[in-house]
Amino acid sequence: MSGMNLTLKVWRQNGPSDEGRMVTYKVEDVSPDMSFLEMLDVLNERLILAGDDPVAFDHDCREGICGMCGMVINGVAHGEQRATTTCQLHMRHFKDGDEITIEPWRAAPFPVVKDLVVDRAAFDRIIQAGGFISVPAGSAPDAHSVPVKKEDADAAFDAATCIGCGACVAACPNGSASLFTAAKITHLGLLPQGQPERDSRAKAMVEQMDLEGFGGCTNTGECTAVCPKGIPLDTIARMNADYLKASK
Amino acid sequence: MSDQTHHYKVGEPIRDTKAPEGPIEDRWDKRRFSAKLVNPANKRKINVIVVGTGLAGGSAAATLGELGYQVKSFCYQDTPRRAHSIAAQGGINAAKNYRGDGDSVYRLFYDTVKGGDFRARESNVYRLAQVSVNIIDQAVAQGVPFAREYGGLLDTRSFGGAQVSRTFYARGQTGQQLLLGAYSALERQIAAGTVEMHTRHEMLDLVISDGRARGVIVRDMVTGEIETHLADAVVLATGGYGNVFFLSTNAKGCNTTAIWRAHQRGAMFANPCYTQIHPTCIPVSGDYQSKLTLMSESLRNDGRVWVPLAKGDARKPADIPEDERDYYLERIYPAFGNLVPRDIASRAAKNVCDEGRGVGPGGLGVYLDFADAIARLGRDAVEKKYGNLFEMYERITGENPYETPMRIYPAVHYTMGGLWVDYDLQSTIPGLFVVGEANFSDHGANRLGASALMQGLADGYFVLPTTVGDYLANVKSFGDVDPAEVEQAREAVQQKIDKLLSVNGTRTADSYHRELGKIMWDYCGMERTEESLRKALERIPELREEFWNNVKVPGDPEGLNQALERAGRVADFFDLAELMCIDALHRTESCGGHFRAESQDADGEALRDDDNFAYVAAWEWGQDGPTLHKEVLDYEYVKMTQRSYK
Repeated sequence: MSGMNLTLKVWRQNGPSDEGRMVTYKVEDVSPDMSFLEMLDVLNERLILAGDDPVAFDHDCREGICGMCGMVINGVAHGEQRATTTCQLHMRHFKDGDEITIEPWRAAPFPVVKDLVVDRAAFDRIIQAGGFISVPAGSAPDAHSVPVKKEDADAAFDAATCIGCGACVAACPNGSASLFTAAKITHLGLLPQGQPERDSRAKAMVEQMDLEGFGGCTNTGECTAVCPKGIPLDTIARMNADYLKASK
Repeated sequence: MSDQTHHYKVGEPIRDTKAPEGPIEDRWDKRRFSAKLVNPANKRKINVIVVGTGLAGGSAAATLGELGYQVKSFCYQDTPRRAHSIAAQGGINAAKNYRGDGDSVYRLFYDTVKGGDFRARESNVYRLAQVSVNIIDQAVAQGVPFAREYGGLLDTRSFGGAQVSRTFYARGQTGQQLLLGAYSALERQIAAGTVEMHTRHEMLDLVISDGRARGVIVRDMVTGEIETHLADAVVLATGGYGNVFFLSTNAKGCNTTAIWRAHQRGAMFANPCYTQIHPTCIPVSGDYQSKLTLMSESLRNDGRVWVPLAKGDARKPADIPEDERDYYLERIYPAFGNLVPRDIASRAAKNVCDEGRGVGPGGLGVYLDFADAIARLGRDAVEKKYGNLFEMYERITGENPYETPMRIYPAVHYTMGGLWVDYDLQSTIPGLFVVGEANFSDHGANRLGASALMQGLADGYFVLPTTVGDYLANVKSFGDVDPAEVEQAREAVQQKIDKLLSVNGTRTADSYHRELGKIMWDYCGMERTEESLRKALERIPELREEFWNNVKVPGDPEGLNQALERAGRVADFFDLAELMCIDALHRTESCGGHFRAESQDADGEALRDDDNFAYVAAWEWGQDGPTLHKEVLDYEYVKMTQRSYK
């Protein structure tokens, strides 16, 4: 087999208090049909047998939907392939002899746990602030009692596809979580069921986002460019409008 | 009684599943009325542990919190929203009959019992069909953006094993949207202070005191600390065990450890051999493969499955004329065509590949062709329905399914077996409840498409919150947890971790897992024979022995150590694999996802043996081999027939 030979420069950091450093590894005979994470699996198997510490990285479903994986590849969150999570990035987009840098999401509210693993609990706390419709199990009316315009349902769906990976934060020069927060505010704010809590939701979520230490939005648009689900930038405008209205 | 050649003993049958008597449509009402209630003031003092945050666990924890219990929720991921329910694509069944096409609670019940090849309990399945309608209401109220029609009402589609259109969907991401609904309900309860969330924690043992489940031992995966959490009841919602095959459509972290430890502590394991092999997955591309990706079964609504008529036809699909193609599902099963249930579609694919007519690398693939659908509906319409699935396929394979047919092949997807539970979803350990894929209860020997989401949410939102209350109404009589039992469980966990880290051998845990998975796929996969299963039962203990003497797990018990996590899971998979093979060997009939080559009719279809096997096989763990307890299945409503989709 004539696979690719690659040089990896990987961020290694043994816990939040460690300073961290780039470490260079060679991987050989990489098949173009491998996924990026499978390529790292191969590296880790080798490191384990050599008695070295394998590279820690988050991953789970490996089909682009759970949102657990994420690394900055050659300076781009999830790599250069558009609308693709790291686990869905395949090695056919690289070529023999390439040098690839691999780093964790870098943002103050996402502290590094180890190597490429970061703590994204701040996202959960933003949802806790109001990213829901208050409807206890057992109290719901018949699903057909409130028709929803198809366009609204479709637009709500587009926003609801956010997987909470955090690439938007990693890509933003301000470390803003606006796209993540706006996606949820848009999803629920477009549906009739979401109206009663629309104002309080927008206010509470935006305030929690600020409290977590995420930066503000300056319409750079890097977030939507790297978003694996292509959450549109105009959700942020909607968030701002809802927030302003709620703050009056 | 003991049977050395079959590796097990036979024990007392299970006679009572606690289902109420009387007409089937009244049983769940009866149970709800007979269930004792807990005073709201007392609920605040009652603690419930829920392990796992998928559809079943997330909805259960949220609902128990809403009811006022003090809940502790655990997941191994960094947030509860990642649980693997999120990857379910196609949809969720519900007997709403919004289309007026003849659906009803009874028909969904009937289809599920038949689809399960008459190996599921009627009472449980009927209840599932009843509450299915409430699930859709609940999800819509939460803001789950199901697909809608221009009139603003919900759209539905048809799915395998059914002739009505009862599957609600949210593009190809129905699991994601339903899970995010349950997750938002859970986060609301976390904010309200009724649920305490523990992410990146893995359950490693169950604490039993005075015969009741009273807590869990978990490992904090960030610090490595072993923690004890006690409660008045424990709910396991830890999913299926398909990763015993190494390659499956499960997430990489899915494992059997929680239910296996509970099994070793006394919870019976039912029907472990019932494995669902999903017919439409992307084929394996190389030996580095780490997982398999499913292409939603909904694709079979519009895609046509075919292989070349001639063996070894290496032409490009576009160059093979119509009359040299074999649309074998349409040919063999004219009534259901491409929409036959999963087990049948999978085996048919295996058969044509075994005949040498498979396509793609290694001949392990069949075509799923959308050319007709694109010609009939237009590319835009096809893209609207399946766009994200087509993109996913192209990302993985580098091929464009709008232009060339998809290549698909069966892969392990779901496990119908799981911990045995009664009608109340309680295991054989009092106070240990099991919900979702982790239990065995509703799908018999084969699960119909779009029914996993239905079952997970039925259990979590509607069934468990009622039945667990009945158990907790007696909480005053439980007494204090015996500290010696806690110590013993902690000790067992610690010893296993120390052992894994001390072997320092020459092979990684993953390499053993791959080898175990290959044994299971080859000998206990789509087709099983006495010979293959006996071979597996020889090989598994040998490989396990080697694993414990030669595995290499680097690092320390402290801190994040992903290699250690994996090694612990692989160790449990070995033990489970053995039980699966024993179960598969003992069940000499074919049924649903369990196909014994010795038991087939003249056309090669699965042949059940109702006289001898119309029972649930519930296995009790034992140091020197398992003991089989049979729960006989009675069919009062649906007449047992040989399934036919022809």
